[in-house]
Amino acid sequence: MASDSIKKTIQVALGVCLVCSILVSAAAVSLSSRQAENKQLDKIKNILSAGGIDFTGKNPQQLYNEKIKAVTIELETGKILSEKAEQDLLRPENFDIKKISGMPKYSQAIPSDKDIAGIKRMPSYMVIYEVLDSKGGIDKYIFPVHGKGLWSTLYGFISLDNKLQTVEGITFYEHGETPGLGGEVDNPNWKNSWKGKKAFNENGEYIIDVLKGRVDPSNPNSIHQIDGLSGSTLTTRGVDYLMKFWLGENGYGTFLENLRKEGSNEKI
Amino acid sequence: MKKYKSILLDPIFNNNPIALQILGICSALAVTSKLETSIVMSIAVIFVLTLSNFSVSLIRKHIPGSIRILVEMTIIASLVIIADQLIKAFVYDISKQLSVYVGLIITNCIIMGRAEAFALQNPPGMSVLDGIGNGLGYTFVLLFVGFFRELFGAGKLLGYTIFQLNTEGGWYNPNGLFLLSPSAFIIIGLLIWGIRTWKPSQVEEA
Repeated sequence: MASDSIKKTIQVALGVCLVCSILVSAAAVSLSSRQAENKQLDKIKNILSAGGIDFTGKNPQQLYNEKIKAVTIELETGKILSEKAEQDLLRPENFDIKKISGMPKYSQAIPSDKDIAGIKRMPSYMVIYEVLDSKGGIDKYIFPVHGKGLWSTLYGFISLDNKLQTVEGITFYEHGETPGLGGEVDNPNWKNSWKGKKAFNENGEYIIDVLKGRVDPSNPNSIHQIDGLSGSTLTTRGVDYLMKFWLGENGYGTFLENLRKEGSNEKI
Repeated sequence: MKKYKSILLDPIFNNNPIALQILGICSALAVTSKLETSIVMSIAVIFVLTLSNFSVSLIRKHIPGSIRILVEMTIIASLVIIADQLIKAFVYDISKQLSVYVGLIITNCIIMGRAEAFALQNPPGMSVLDGIGNGLGYTFVLLFVGFFRELFGAGKLLGYTIFQLNTEGGWYNPNGLFLLSPSAFIIIGLLIWGIRTWKPSQVEEA
């Protein structure tokens, strides 16, 4: 057969590859801006919902611009980076947790005994979000968190009130847990159960536990406890540990402490 | 005319790729925990299957036997990437739930199987019909499984509550097994049983 000659084989192979690569790259290039927009919008919606801002029927982007101020902080010192000193990659609008975690210059390995969130490397910087009230003061803080669940790394936010005591909301914007079981981290009722919990003791240590099973409301500690998700012990444990990691001394601990000090100074 | 009709409709009940040929089970287990993801996955498979059958059939007389499978894979893989990009661009929320499974359409045996078994021997028009038909057969099974899994596992259909869950103050205690992949095995098994009782000619000789 003529189509079995070497020349023909190479021609067909090249031809097919050429046509396919043109189609694939055309699709990737022409759709990439739309995809990036979707991703950005999805993140904004999650930031808003973590901050308890209802965006139904409103333009999320506009609401975000009005109500949210993003700042980059250095985790070790807990200081806010002054805007001029920032490298491009560390600006809030460019900040990408996954990308930064992979760059030795801006991230660090976590010693395995401290790595309760199971993420191996963490960024040395993080972008946090301040929710502004109508007078321009800070109403809430929103902190990004991430850590291993059962199948995937969960990426989400936890928001705290301006006294840094009470949880205002949590949300996960990216995860690959089993729908209906671990995936119930998206369940609105469960997310609401975090609201109003006291997250810290007098020494500023994070003390919320996500239990295995249900919280007994008569227990005096129930204000620091969250129902576990039934049927998903490992996802529940993952959420528990990742919150403990990020709100503990290796995560935002220093920053939180600085804020509390500032707060008490102002009162004097 | 009758021939075209049977090419298009046979794969739905008489020669269903999942129920009779037992191909493409993997994705049928993975993405059917909700009706919505089942629908999007089915559309993606119909898209890829139809176009891959068409393209393979179009160049079938020029494909050298020695690199036949490679050419088919290249075409299928490209179409899958395009489908994945489209889903990410237009239904972003669903693309997050489907995650890797759209990419795994590449390894879906139905698509490769139809390219080998049909498109290589038949003209483009008929291959397109065969692609749509087999896609519909796949869709039928996915929707069937997705319907029962979402209804009994979460008390919902397409996200709308049908059975009020007891966690939300209703009466229905959801059966978590339906949300896990093994339940899809059981439902597909029951479906195959049903189809073969209805059409005994599909029963394999022991």
